[in-house]
Amino acid sequence: MGRETSIPGRPALRVGPASWVVRLRPVLVPVIAFGLLVLAMAVNLGRGDFPIGVGDVLAVLLGGGDDTHAYIVLELRLPRALTGALVGAALALAGAITQSIARNPLASPDILGVTAGAGVGAVAVIMLGGSAGGISGGIAEFGLPAAALGGGLVAALFVFAISWQRGIDGYRLVLVGLGITAVLVAIKFYLLTLSEVADAGRAMVWITGSLNGRGWEHVTPVALALLVLVPLALFAARPLGGLQFGDDTARGLGIRVNGSRAALILIAVALAATATASAGPVEFVALATPQIAMRMAGTPQPPLLGSAVLGAALTVSADVIARTAFGVVELPAGIVTAVIGAPYLMYLLVRRYREVRT
Amino acid sequence: MTAAARVRLRAEGLSLGYGENRVVEGLDLDVIDGTITAVIGPNGCGKSTLLRALGRLLAPQEGHVLLDGKRIDKTPTREVAKIVGVLPQTPVAPDGLTVGDLVARGRHPHQAWYRQWSADDEGAVSEALRMTGMLEFAERTLDQLSGGQRQRAWISMALAQGTDLLLLDEPTTYLDLAHQVDVLDLVQQLHDQAGRTVIMVLHDLNLAARYSDRLIAMRDGKIVAQGAPQDVLTEQLLSDVFDLDARVVPDPVAGTPLVVPIGSRHRVRVDSAAPADDTM
Repeated sequence: MGRETSIPGRPALRVGPASWVVRLRPVLVPVIAFGLLVLAMAVNLGRGDFPIGVGDVLAVLLGGGDDTHAYIVLELRLPRALTGALVGAALALAGAITQSIARNPLASPDILGVTAGAGVGAVAVIMLGGSAGGISGGIAEFGLPAAALGGGLVAALFVFAISWQRGIDGYRLVLVGLGITAVLVAIKFYLLTLSEVADAGRAMVWITGSLNGRGWEHVTPVALALLVLVPLALFAARPLGGLQFGDDTARGLGIRVNGSRAALILIAVALAATATASAGPVEFVALATPQIAMRMAGTPQPPLLGSAVLGAALTVSADVIARTAFGVVELPAGIVTAVIGAPYLMYLLVRRYREVRT
Repeated sequence: MTAAARVRLRAEGLSLGYGENRVVEGLDLDVIDGTITAVIGPNGCGKSTLLRALGRLLAPQEGHVLLDGKRIDKTPTREVAKIVGVLPQTPVAPDGLTVGDLVARGRHPHQAWYRQWSADDEGAVSEALRMTGMLEFAERTLDQLSGGQRQRAWISMALAQGTDLLLLDEPTTYLDLAHQVDVLDLVQQLHDQAGRTVIMVLHDLNLAARYSDRLIAMRDGKIVAQGAPQDVLTEQLLSDVFDLDARVVPDPVAGTPLVVPIGSRHRVRVDSAAPADDTM
């Protein structure tokens, strides 16, 4: 162009044909969150009946350390921490996508029926696979995540189908989701009242979102799902900026509004359902993390990558608290995220309805 | 076909509506290259619906819209977005979005996932902001702007898109008279300097007459009259289209038609010498 054309507040990074706007804060968020994650992982891996110092844990993770430490860290404790990190990342990324699409900080996979649907699927399988159905434990082992995944997907598709009226409206999506979620939660508790005490106990642990007893077999499916879904999400997210302006403006910008929105919601639902299937509904991570990441990054909509990494860090931190805050009694991580997240949700509701609509 | 009379947008037998509710019925229309067209008509006559269909935001129930001779619904929406820029009536934006970021979104049809802020993008955004006088506000957020500035920011976004056709749905809504004139002067400038073709829906008949080459008057989803402002904006038409009793006099500044509504307060004095009823 030959003349001074720089736009204040939009610093460019240009490499060959590629170009981006690169701002300090949105770049720092995933970096800081990753630091937090490594720290939380190290603490988490060190805690337990056989305490290991943070330094020794890091040594093992980097390929050193003694054999006892390596066995405890890599075989016994790492799968749990990794599951927590992956589940947290998936949930937070799903939340960031749904909140951007619905243009509503209350929109999260929890509200779109994914969690409640997964809950119904899981409780049904626990009942059938337990003493009631006479089906062997293998079904309960493999069937639980599968049923949770199926339940979550079916519930979300149902919410999506009811909300669809010549396109998706964010507000209607949230309202329909809340309604369906209420129905599903009622069904879940009805199933619980029908079940044997032992099954109900097992189901309750799952329903509160626990990372207990997670082995490598739990890590692999989430890891594979994330490996596919995260790049897909980042790639499909490009229209999100334009979708913020409402349907007409977005169409005017050449965005296929309904197609891109449906694809993004599908990715978000798949992420949330996979996460819920492997760790149970870890509440509020999807709701709160994107909003925290957004405030850290100073952007008008939740940053996807930043939300994902922060979600991993927060979930692992919650697990550290859940495992250690009450001595020998280990709480499900979902309890901790709920205790922190519920007041945040109330704050969000109160603030939202005090705002003057413009 | 001469270049001067080239048809950019053509509506053929266009019927538009929302579900069962027909808003526009069997409408034909040609928009000539390099002209400013204003669509006028009473509330609910289908002007905005027509504009949405011309900008392929609304699929016709019957008929077609042709852009440069090709069916707009058969052209990839991204390609259309490089030719036609649309500014809807009440666009929404997230809180905390800066003017610079808003206007940069206008570059969407020219970008790819790996190319999100090229030197061309930056040049176009800078040029758009300069034309609207918004460059100094680039780092402000939209909620920090006045209504007129916000409207300018949105127009900048449409300009940054780099299209030579612009569809503006009531670009002067909610603005005071001075800012309405500002915005329309800007439209005029876009037309004069860059030869852009502009179609806009306007409520103010006098401004519509002043700032357009062609007026299209609509009622109940049909075009009642179209042509040069002085041919369209007549006392008879105002009565037919708006049910409005009005005098039309030459605008003392521009010479275009100036609508002076009569209204009940003055009808008595205009119509007869009978004394006004004091008990009214």
